[in-house]
Amino acid sequence: MTATMHDVRPVGTRPTGRARAARRRSAKQKTLTAYAFLLPGLALFVALMVWPMVQALRMSLYHWNILPGAVSEFIAGDNYSRALHDPVFWRGFVNSAAYALMTVPTQMALGLLVAVALNRKVAGRTGWRTLYYLPVVTSWVVVSLVFKYLFNTDAGAVNWLLGVHIDWLGNRWPALVALSALGVWKGVGWSMLVFLAALQQVPRSLLEAAEVDGAGPARRFWHVTLPQLRAAMAFVTVMLVIGGFNVFISVFLMTGGGPAHQTETLLSYLYNQAFTFLDFGYGSAIAYLVTMLIFGLSLVQMKLFRYGEEDQ
Amino acid sequence: MKRALLYLGLALGALVTIGPFLVMLSTSFTGQSYVLQLPPRLFPEHPTWSNYSDVFGLDNFARYFLNSVLVAAGHVVLVLLLGSMMGYAFAHFDFPGKRLFFGLILGALMVPGVVLIVPQFLVARDLHMLDSRIGLVLFYVATQLAFITFLLRGFFASVPRELAEAMEVDGAGAWRVYRSLMLPLARPALGTAAIFSFLFSWDEFAWALTIINDPGKRTLPIAIALFQGQHSTAWGVVFAASTVAVVPVLVIFVIFQRYLVAGLQAGALKG
Repeated sequence: MTATMHDVRPVGTRPTGRARAARRRSAKQKTLTAYAFLLPGLALFVALMVWPMVQALRMSLYHWNILPGAVSEFIAGDNYSRALHDPVFWRGFVNSAAYALMTVPTQMALGLLVAVALNRKVAGRTGWRTLYYLPVVTSWVVVSLVFKYLFNTDAGAVNWLLGVHIDWLGNRWPALVALSALGVWKGVGWSMLVFLAALQQVPRSLLEAAEVDGAGPARRFWHVTLPQLRAAMAFVTVMLVIGGFNVFISVFLMTGGGPAHQTETLLSYLYNQAFTFLDFGYGSAIAYLVTMLIFGLSLVQMKLFRYGEEDQ
Repeated sequence: MKRALLYLGLALGALVTIGPFLVMLSTSFTGQSYVLQLPPRLFPEHPTWSNYSDVFGLDNFARYFLNSVLVAAGHVVLVLLLGSMMGYAFAHFDFPGKRLFFGLILGALMVPGVVLIVPQFLVARDLHMLDSRIGLVLFYVATQLAFITFLLRGFFASVPRELAEAMEVDGAGAWRVYRSLMLPLARPALGTAAIFSFLFSWDEFAWALTIINDPGKRTLPIAIALFQGQHSTAWGVVFAASTVAVVPVLVIFVIFQRYLVAGLQAGALKG
């Protein structure tokens, strides 16, 4: 029951029929008001997000003809079974998974390391924090081009620094390493920020109590601080895995998925199928497979982390 | 000793972090004949403004910049307006369908952007929004609405309902409560949301690449990417254009970083 000022009445009296009717009227009015506030945004959201999502499901069941008004052939699950038998789709899956495997743990470890360093008494903490966060707010297009330049075979700074001559972007695994390097470089600041916020919430008293009990810094970190970071860890892992499977712009600009589809990720393959080969039906089927994969992965992780359970 | 090590580590990490920015900057002042020369130099031997004059000499560059500004402005205003209205409704009202609608919003937070691009392209075509800046704005708003609503709902929920009810007793309607109580109180949260949405629009690539064909309607990210695609070794010009695109963002971020950090951390801790 919502307690509004109109409802206040002496304890023990029964509401009269008139009061009840008034309250019903006011509840009804509140509902209408709420709908009025929701309507403009929700209408746009449904028209441009939810409806396309439904539309994509329908398209994925057709051999979709993109000409307006043309008839498309219904082929049921054929686009889906085509994907599951398509070696490039699976290569895209493996590449995306490899990218996530290379970038997620690295970003978390480095982010935590910087956060722990900045959580001590450091001069100019805000300055450091801002600096480490700069790559996060910088355009993916720009940083992808910068990394493409850095990983240039003949004149790139990376080959020069390492004293090697590797054609990074022209081969599958070296290209994935280069893409992952960019992903890590761009992402560390974000996990740093989340971890820093979580570290500042760890109660001093817990750490002091552990110190009194004779625990050294390493033990305190491992047994007191780290368990307190569980919610932050879960949040960061879920978000980074989603982000990892979403890698697109850097692939599109640094390798284009090539040579010969070697470096295709799930989303670059989806995009190429739809807008290079104009196969919208197949592209939509891949889109649904990717969405289900990402939802599934997120749910599994939340279960593993027992995310959302109160334990503090 | 230990402190020296700490600062050394932080400085090393900072160097790796800003290194690529320095490369971009220094290359943007390097003449075309030197951009592929080794060893790479932090300070070009013969620094030149010629890349910048080339960028602004391109027929459309000022246009691209203006397009980016217009689209970002439209997006920020609209997404903040609609998002704050929805956030307020979810935070302060109980109504049938609330769980369903909020579930839709939460679900949309998990759907990757590129996944919807195929059907959205067809919807945009049916609405005659291909090759249109309005098409960019409306789809950006729809894409980010879930996140902004979620962010602002969290803030509005922390405003006691009694405050609003006190105003209502004095005869204020819901719109006035929203307009003259909620929005002013929410200024910091709106600031956070504004920065997020500006960054989103300023950097968005895939959708703009897909629906914009007319060169006069390009935004900066696609203009830069397409230019690099056509002139694969004109790195000096590419990075001069990149610098022009990135610097406003970095300045805005450094000035307003407190808001962004606070908003991010609030979101993270509430999970």
